[in-house]
Amino acid sequence: MSTHLDGNVLGGALGELFTVDITAATGRCASCGMVSAIAQTRVYTDAPGVVARCPGCSGVMLRLTRGPGRAWLDLRGISCLQLALPGEP
Amino acid sequence: MGIVTPGWTGRRRPGGDKLPPGQYLVTDFPVLSAGPTPRVDPARWEFRVTTETGQAHTWDWTAFRALPSEQVTVDLHCVTKWSKLTTAWRGVSLDTLLAQVQTAAGFALARSYGGYTTNLPVADLLGGQAWIAFEYDGKALAAEHGGPARLLVPHLYLWKSAKWVTGIDLLTQDQPGFWESLGYHNYGDPWQEQRYWGD
Amino acid sequence: MAGAAVLGRLTWRASTVTSVRDETATARTIALDVPGWPGHRAGQHVDVRLTAADGYSAQRSYSIASAPGGDHVELTVQRLADGEVSPYLAQVLAAGDLLELRGPIGGWFVWEPAPTPVLLVAGGSGVVPLMAMVRTRAATGTGAPFRLVYSVRGPGDALYAAELAERQRGDDGLHVAYVYTRTTPPGWPVPPGRIGAGALTAPGWTADRTPAVFVCGPTGFVETAANLLVNAGHNPRDIKTERFGPSGGQS
Repeated sequence: MSTHLDGNVLGGALGELFTVDITAATGRCASCGMVSAIAQTRVYTDAPGVVARCPGCSGVMLRLTRGPGRAWLDLRGISCLQLALPGEP
Repeated sequence: MGIVTPGWTGRRRPGGDKLPPGQYLVTDFPVLSAGPTPRVDPARWEFRVTTETGQAHTWDWTAFRALPSEQVTVDLHCVTKWSKLTTAWRGVSLDTLLAQVQTAAGFALARSYGGYTTNLPVADLLGGQAWIAFEYDGKALAAEHGGPARLLVPHLYLWKSAKWVTGIDLLTQDQPGFWESLGYHNYGDPWQEQRYWGD
Repeated sequence: MAGAAVLGRLTWRASTVTSVRDETATARTIALDVPGWPGHRAGQHVDVRLTAADGYSAQRSYSIASAPGGDHVELTVQRLADGEVSPYLAQVLAAGDLLELRGPIGGWFVWEPAPTPVLLVAGGSGVVPLMAMVRTRAATGTGAPFRLVYSVRGPGDALYAAELAERQRGDDGLHVAYVYTRTTPPGWPVPPGRIGAGALTAPGWTADRTPAVFVCGPTGFVETAANLLVNAGHNPRDIKTERFGPSGGQS
């Protein structure tokens, strides 16, 4: 059995970087084109960084590492991110 | 630093002075991974060294296991701060593998089943510093710890000891691997606490 | 706050433990006063951080158990025998102590009060965020029909058992069904076993009613339950899942 969690667990780490919740955004996997909520990605947290993989093809969608006073974020695995703008025309 | 929690020390044990700076001792063997555990059938396993001129040298499991191997006891230091001492492995030295390879390359990129990569100087693979390990603690290396075989380079942080290794590319130009391209130090000497870029 | 709230960046803040109460032999609810708490939505969680005197720290995520209410936030922590954080929270932390946390976190696994029927599927401590939904439904007077299917090892492991029984008594719109995987209460009509298709369907709760579905628990449980739900005809788009660690949480 795989020991992954899901993208809900990214909320805290991404919340340190962004002022909008990213886990509710939907992203298109750059490897296979599948669209998922970031909260639905398969997330591996037992590592020197966090890796979020596509729930369809397991391709890496997002990587995040954290050092003292800085973080590094790789979003190349997401070709497009859709964020809600509630109340905006 | 956060608010101190009185009386809480976490799961660590004191390590004394045998540990690199910032490390703590563990007695279990934490399993870290950036993805699902690859399940590699030894019958289909392959280890390939590709040189800077495009020459490839390939060993299947039978050929690999026919090579002379050695038993080594080494300390492991993970960049996530845990260290595990006197771990026993059996593996084939990279000196043995690379003796059959003609190369003038200075840089290496190790590749794993599942897509993981890590880079290091060729010099750090030679001189009795690195092995392709297939046994841990007297038993066949478990998949969760990188089996059938993993790279073992104990003088660097453990992320350089690529689990599920499937090959090494010898390059004339350094190519940062999976973690090196995302903030982790390009070389990674635990005794100089080279964890992140700029350390 | 409606919709995908725009927040400042998350920062750590200090909270004060106002009380603790045992839920089971191994789980405890911690009530916190969090000055300046911006409010939260049912399903969200907080990250908790413990720091040793030498600076070593460990963080874990805990779902908020309480309905929104001013500066008051409750967490329910399941103690894991070899956990690094949970034994401290479940046994040592006491009223008056400080606890560092950040939140609220999460914009996807949340329930906004609405009339749509809701099916909640909980594995072990996965019931915590779903309980926040049950409590929020009651506090907001939302009449939406709720069904909670709660899988536990045995009766002694069920969190909030008395409160759930009490709430059901007073409300025809709330139904709770237990699945016992190891030991059953005396006289239980079926032997213990893992969740199956039968547990997830009930009169008035078939897939054609298109309830919103929330599933929470260990990864293995969530994937089993989600597959059963899809096989039963629920649209995957209606199913939201939250996976805890293989140990059921938060170690």
